[in-house]
Amino acid sequence: MTQSIIAILEHQDGKIARLSWEALAAAQKLGAALNLPVEAMVLGSGLGHLAGQVAACKVTQVISLDAPALESYTPDAYCLALHGAVATRSPSYVFLPHTYQVREFAPKLAARMGRALLSDCTGFRIESGEVIFSRQLYQGKLSADLSFEGDGPYFISVQAGSFPAAQLERGENPAPVIEERVELPKDQIRTIPLERVQEAKRTVDLSQAEVIVAVGRGIKEAENLPLVEKLAAALGGQIAGSRPICDSGWLPMERQVGSSGQTVSPKLYFAIGISGAIQHLVGMKGSRTIVAINKDPHAPIFEVADYGIVANLFDVLPALTEEIVKARQS
Amino acid sequence: MKILVCLKQVSAKESTLRLSEDSLHVRESDLSFEINEPDTFALEEALRLKEQLGGEVVVVSLGPARIQTSIREALAKGADRGIHIETENAESVDRTWAAGLIAAAVREEKFDLVLTGLQSDDLGTGQTGVILAEFLGLPHATIIMEIQIEESRIKAKRELEGGWFEWVEMPLPALLTIQSGLNKPRYASLLGIKKAKSKEMRRVTPVELGAEVSGTNALRLRKIYVPVKSKNTEFLDGTPKEAAAKLVERIRREIVSSPS
Ligand SMILES: Cc1cc2nc3c(=O)[nH]c(=O)nc-3n(C[C@H](O)[C@H](O)[C@H](O)COP(=O)(O)OP(=O)(O)OC[C@H]3O[C@@H](n4cnc5c(N)ncnc54)[C@H](O)[C@@H]3O)c2cc1C
Repeated sequence: MTQSIIAILEHQDGKIARLSWEALAAAQKLGAALNLPVEAMVLGSGLGHLAGQVAACKVTQVISLDAPALESYTPDAYCLALHGAVATRSPSYVFLPHTYQVREFAPKLAARMGRALLSDCTGFRIESGEVIFSRQLYQGKLSADLSFEGDGPYFISVQAGSFPAAQLERGENPAPVIEERVELPKDQIRTIPLERVQEAKRTVDLSQAEVIVAVGRGIKEAENLPLVEKLAAALGGQIAGSRPICDSGWLPMERQVGSSGQTVSPKLYFAIGISGAIQHLVGMKGSRTIVAINKDPHAPIFEVADYGIVANLFDVLPALTEEIVKARQS
Repeated sequence: MKILVCLKQVSAKESTLRLSEDSLHVRESDLSFEINEPDTFALEEALRLKEQLGGEVVVVSLGPARIQTSIREALAKGADRGIHIETENAESVDRTWAAGLIAAAVREEKFDLVLTGLQSDDLGTGQTGVILAEFLGLPHATIIMEIQIEESRIKAKRELEGGWFEWVEMPLPALLTIQSGLNKPRYASLLGIKKAKSKEMRRVTPVELGAEVSGTNALRLRKIYVPVKSKNTEFLDGTPKEAAAKLVERIRREIVSSPS
C-alpha cells in the first residue's frame, strides 16, 4: 500500500464539476492532517485541458485515465478503469464527490475491491491518531461517527457543501499530468448511454424570484395548498415545493426546489412543513434570509434557518398572512 | 418475467428517534415501522411489469421477525411470494454484508430483473442495490424514473442533477434502483390482504446461507448522536399571532420591498 490519497474528479461539458473541487478539498484536508500526498484522477477521452485545470491545484500529480470507452460515462467502464488504476496504486484513501454518477458506480467499485465505501460523508476529525468520519442518518435527523477497519483503500464520497471549495489549495507549480491509456474489453461494458433530456419545460424561473414560499409534506393534503398560496400572494412571491409535493402532482415539477429540481437564492425563502433533507437544502441554502415553520423543533431545516417558528403550520399560516397583508398596506 | 424486489423496513416517518444508552442504536420500542418509501415505488413498478408481461414478483427482506409485516404487505399488494432473511441486525453501515446475504439467498433463482429503492430513509447509504448488482454479476443503473422492456433488453431513464435525465439501455438480467415518484403505489385490497396470508414465505438464516451471522465491519459505527446545531436560528414564540407579528417585525424590509 502506498501512503497516498487519490481524489477522483467528475467533469461535465469540459469542466470539473463544483462538487468535485469539494472532494479534492476534502482529500487535501485529510492529506494535510495525516501528512499524505494527494493525487487527482480524471477519466475520459482526450482530457488534456481538463487535466491542466486540475494540475493547478496542490496535488503531486494528475492521473488522466484515457480510453474511447470512457468518453461517455457508463458504470461498467468506470468500474473497470478505476479498479485497475486504484488497485495498482493502492492508496490509503479514495475521495469522490457524492454525485448521481458516483452513487451509481462507487459502491460497485468498492465492493469489487472487497472494500467499504462511506457514502455522503459530512466531515472528519482525528482522534488519537485515528480518523473519525461523520455522516447523516435518518435524513439528517441524526448523525453518526464512523471509522474504517481492516485494509485500505478506504472509499469516501463527500456530501455537497461539507468541504468548501474555497479552501482548495493551489500548487506553487503546475503538477505533472500523467496520461494513462487503459484497455477496456468491449464485451464487459453492458450499458449503452442514450439521449439526455430535460423534462419539465420551464415556464417559471425560480432562480430569479425575490421571495419564495416553499411547501413540504407537512401540508398533508392538496386541498390545504390555498393556505400557502395566500401567503405567497400576500408576499408577492413564487410558490415552490419539496420533491414529494411535486411527485404527487400537487405542484408542477418545475416548481421543485433541490438537487433534482431548481437551485434558488431569493432574498426571502419560507420553508413550510419541509424537514430539510440535504437534497432540499442544496437547492435553497444560498437564500439570503430563510424562515422555517415546522412543528418539529429538531427538524434539520432549522440548521439553515435564520428565523424559526416551531408550531402547527395550520395555526401559523393564517395569522402570518394577515400580519403580512397589514405590513404591506402600512 | 421473473422480478425480485428488495424491501427494507424502516422507522415510520415522523417517528420520534431516541437513542439507546450505548448510542449505537435508535430505540426500537419507541418506533412504528413501514416499508422504505422508494421501495414501495420499486414494488409498484414490478407489479405493473408483471401485469403487462406476465411472470412472477418475489420480495426479499432482511431483518428481525417484525419485518414480516412488510413482506406480507407486499404480498397483499400482489407480490407472489416472500423471502425473509432472518437477522438480528440489519443496520450495519457497511452494506456489503446485507447485499451478500441477499445475493446468496436469491442467486439460484435467476431473476430477469431486480428492483430496489435508491436508498433507505434510515441509513441512506444508497449502496445495497448497487453492491447486489456486483455480487450477482448484473449490469445496473440507479435512480430510475421510467422503465421500458424490449424483448431481452431494458431501457431505463436515470435521473440526473438539476432536472436532467439520461436514457440508458442494457441487456437483461439487470438491476435497477428506483427513485420515488415514478408511479403511484397502489393500496392493498381486502381480498389481497386475505390472499397474502396463504402465500409462500421462505425463511432463511445467514448460517443456512453460509454467511457471517453479523455484519462485516470494514466500517465501524462508533456513535450516533443528535446533530449539534451550529446555526444561530432566532426562534419566535408565543401564540401563532404573536409569533407571526414578531417574524414580520424582523423581515419587514424584505416584505415591503418585494414585488406585488
Ligand atoms: C437522489 C435524490 C434526489 C432528491 N431530490 C430532491 C429535490 O430536488 N428536492 C426535494 O425537496 N427533495 C429531494 N429529495 C427527497 C428528499 O430526500 C426528502 O425526502 C424530501 O425533501 C422530503 O420532503 P418534505 O420535507 O416535504 O417531507 P418530510 O421529510 O416528510 O417532512 C415533512 C415535515 O413537515 C413537518 N410537519 C408535519 N406536519 C406539520 C404541521 N402540521 N405543521 C408544521 N410542520 C409539520 C414535519 O415535522 C416534517 O419536518 C431527493 C432525494 C433523493 C434520494
